[in-house]
Amino acid sequence: MTGHAPAKRPNQLFRNLTAKIASIPMILIALGIFLGGSLWTVVYSFTNSKLLPRASFVGFDQFERLWSSSRWIISIQNLAIYGILSLIFSMVIGFLLAALMDQKIRFENTFRTIFLYPFALSFIVTGLVWQWILNPEFGIQGIVRSLGWESFSFDPLYNADIVIYGILIAGLWQGTGLVMCLMLAGLRGIDEDIWKAARVDGIPMWRTYLFIVIPMMRPVFITTLVIIASGIVKVYDLVVAQTSGGPGNASEVPAKYVYDYMFQAQNLGQGFAASTMMLLTVAIIIIPWAYLEFGGKKRG
Amino acid sequence: MTNSVSIRDLSLSFGAVKVLQDLNLEIRDGEFLVLLGSSGCGKSTLLNCIAGLLEPTDGQIFIKGRNVTWEEPKDRGIGMVFQSYALYPQMTVEKNLSFGLRVAGVPKEDIQRRIARAADILQIQPLLNRKPAELSGGQRQRVAIGRALVRDVDVFLFDEPLSNLDAKLRSELRVEIKRLHHSLKNTMIYVTHDQIEALTLADRIAIMKSGVIQQLDDPVTIYNRPVNLFVAGFIGSPSMNFLHGELAEEGGRAVFRTHGVSFSLTGYEATEPLAPGRKVVLGVRPEHIHVDNHEPGAEMHDAVVDIEEPMGADNLLWLKHAGHTMSVRTGGAKRFAPGTKLQMSFDMSVASLFDAETEERV
Amino acid sequence: MANISTLNTTAAGFDAVSDQVASGPRGRKPRRTLSPRNIMLYGTLFVFALYYLLPLYVMVVTSLKGMPEVRMGNIFSPPMEITFEPWVKAWAEACTGLNCDGLSRGFWNSVRILVPSVVVSIAVASVSGYALANWRFKGSEFYFSILIIGAFIPYQVMLYPVVIALREIGVYGTLTGLVIVHTIFGMPILTLLFRNYFASLPVELFKAARIDGAGFWQIYFRIMLPMSLPIFVVAMILQVTGIWNDFLFGVVFTRPDVYPMTVQLNNIVNSVQGVKEYNVNMAATLLTGAVPLIVYFLSGRLFVRGIAAGAVKG
Repeated sequence: MTGHAPAKRPNQLFRNLTAKIASIPMILIALGIFLGGSLWTVVYSFTNSKLLPRASFVGFDQFERLWSSSRWIISIQNLAIYGILSLIFSMVIGFLLAALMDQKIRFENTFRTIFLYPFALSFIVTGLVWQWILNPEFGIQGIVRSLGWESFSFDPLYNADIVIYGILIAGLWQGTGLVMCLMLAGLRGIDEDIWKAARVDGIPMWRTYLFIVIPMMRPVFITTLVIIASGIVKVYDLVVAQTSGGPGNASEVPAKYVYDYMFQAQNLGQGFAASTMMLLTVAIIIIPWAYLEFGGKKRG
Repeated sequence: MTNSVSIRDLSLSFGAVKVLQDLNLEIRDGEFLVLLGSSGCGKSTLLNCIAGLLEPTDGQIFIKGRNVTWEEPKDRGIGMVFQSYALYPQMTVEKNLSFGLRVAGVPKEDIQRRIARAADILQIQPLLNRKPAELSGGQRQRVAIGRALVRDVDVFLFDEPLSNLDAKLRSELRVEIKRLHHSLKNTMIYVTHDQIEALTLADRIAIMKSGVIQQLDDPVTIYNRPVNLFVAGFIGSPSMNFLHGELAEEGGRAVFRTHGVSFSLTGYEATEPLAPGRKVVLGVRPEHIHVDNHEPGAEMHDAVVDIEEPMGADNLLWLKHAGHTMSVRTGGAKRFAPGTKLQMSFDMSVASLFDAETEERV
Repeated sequence: MANISTLNTTAAGFDAVSDQVASGPRGRKPRRTLSPRNIMLYGTLFVFALYYLLPLYVMVVTSLKGMPEVRMGNIFSPPMEITFEPWVKAWAEACTGLNCDGLSRGFWNSVRILVPSVVVSIAVASVSGYALANWRFKGSEFYFSILIIGAFIPYQVMLYPVVIALREIGVYGTLTGLVIVHTIFGMPILTLLFRNYFASLPVELFKAARIDGAGFWQIYFRIMLPMSLPIFVVAMILQVTGIWNDFLFGVVFTRPDVYPMTVQLNNIVNSVQGVKEYNVNMAATLLTGAVPLIVYFLSGRLFVRGIAAGAVKG
């Protein structure tokens, strides 16, 4: 062309330079903390770090010790019980409540406010309240006994066999409101005409839910599942507040194991190994989901 | 005279998807050019490239003889009007108009003067202190045009500016835009999918499909001499009638033969010799088929009325003839009951013949 | 007069039909308020509502009783004699370790942590979200993906590297350090929130501003910010409740004298020394829960919107 050279030849690196500068915190956090930090922890889980991280590698020693520790085994068992039951119950109760709320009821706002308020409270507050309600002397057990049923026994927080169920009750109280909200949003997202069609065809309501609505809400269920599941793995404050891991170490959970070894027992290597196992657990939950959710579409 | 906007070998791809391919376009100074096509044809992409809002993968863009390929949008001497108006909701009309000038640091008196002029031209003085939410759709679009106006630019870009308006307002504003172009004499590039807008506004229309300009011509030529089957089918409502058949020779004259019926091609201006045996498509617009007031000496064909659609000013007949169904536009006064047998004749001088293979005009 | 007779018969026919109509169902179908369906529906909801409200009720009544009454009665009985003594004690006198100035210390610590953390985290995240939505550059989506995946990584995995990083720049154990931590871990959800919001605004507004010659910050401050009040409120609700309720970061990244309220509460209630004063404990618990509860009750629907958006946080 006839020598119409542009005033400045923009270098790709300096295009939208301000935007790039403004994104530096995000890039640092993503690469430095989330990616780098996780890798660092995984790498150092193969060392015998004690008080301070040391790069002297010992292979899988820390993991062997971890899996031979009875406290870790109990933590994993508790997480499994708590996780599976809380998934089932919060999904069922959450969906049930959402379905009830979706019946064009009166006082919907009031009910929603009531079901959701525990979610605004911290796990510490939740744990302490339920610690008090489940107090064997003054709480539910005490009241039932004072009503005349002297042999009644319900003291989950002092009974190593059922302590995890005591925590489950508190956890469900705190978190089901959220599930209900997500499910309700999913139900409201379903085309009104589906309901009209089902009504005209004379399909009973429970069948409509079971065979039409729930299958349509598959994405909502999966998202909810992932959210609850990744929250369960992190459960920590609730246990600390409600039982401090007791009685004995009957209600220990992995997150607490990590914290105790990293910041109290000064055995960083164990802490790193345990947190690496937590990372692995989450990866097992997340990767299939992410693959289903995002992997398939890319080829479109 | 220099060209106002020149697009040279412009290509744009998103990943593997080629949105624009080696596109060349010269737009004359003061011209009203319409980019017409269905959604996804690349017309808005091209406009965004001209505006500098999208980066081309390859090629150059010149505005007023200056290579602006790498320039920021604000430095290109363009103003743009969007389909959704894109008025800043929290600012008054006046602040909306002046935002660009304030950013550029134009002196206050100058801003005032330019706003007054734009408000005068568009008759929006009473609206200056209102927020966009308090305006009707037509008023909003006028303000959006005003925003381009105050910038004192060489080239106006319109991205489907009337699509969000109802039919009545749309035709009103269409006239206003045309009037604006007559008084300002700026170059205007206008993207639309509405062929009526294109035909009424344009000096020239560029019809696009899959990132390629199919035909670039004035509206009359586009309408009467479409270069290919796509353009022929795209322009005109109801659509052109297409008859599939082949060329033949009868008595020394070229004819079009389909389902054993022959149509004389006398009067058709072919671009190349009409070789017998060639598979072709004959395209005739509904108003170019006559069922009464035949030209003297016209070739008559028998047809039966299938359906009649009265449309007020005129009548649309669907005729059955030799296995084809054809739409015919007739005057509104005369009515035809279904089943009526009548005679029709084609006006071959404005018909179109396309090769069945290449779909190009013959 | 055949006409008249036919007319009559049709009229008679009409009457017959209209009689039938008058006696048949007409107008709105009557509904009984106490239908079995409604009893089931509202009954179930009511029972659930009781389960959810019970702990709040227990907290309130226990905190209003004196210790002798707590020991005598059951936790559900309303107080015979209302006393605000436990509240005063929880606020001003309860002991953690050697400090006996009550939860007020933790409250003010939490406020000092909360305000800068909310401001900084929202500022950083909103700018990042805006850059992601409107100023994509090479790799920006990649960083964002890592950020979102990061939301699912258990904090425990990243805890120690952050400790090291903060120690390196000399802010470990300080308020600044904790603000940085809250900004880091609030990043994924807030960035997602802002990115989606800014992306939902008409892109033509951004284009128009570009043509008007506005740059990155001008568009952010003069076009985007004034339009984004609701999403900033949602982000604030999210962050205020999230940061106030945080326990883990408070324990790991602060020293005892600057412990936030949640940590101090846990220390008060679960301390092994001394006699358990359940009424004081419940008053302290209520005090700690008060801030997020007030935010919740005041914000209503916006809170729901916030958690629906923030649900990814898990």
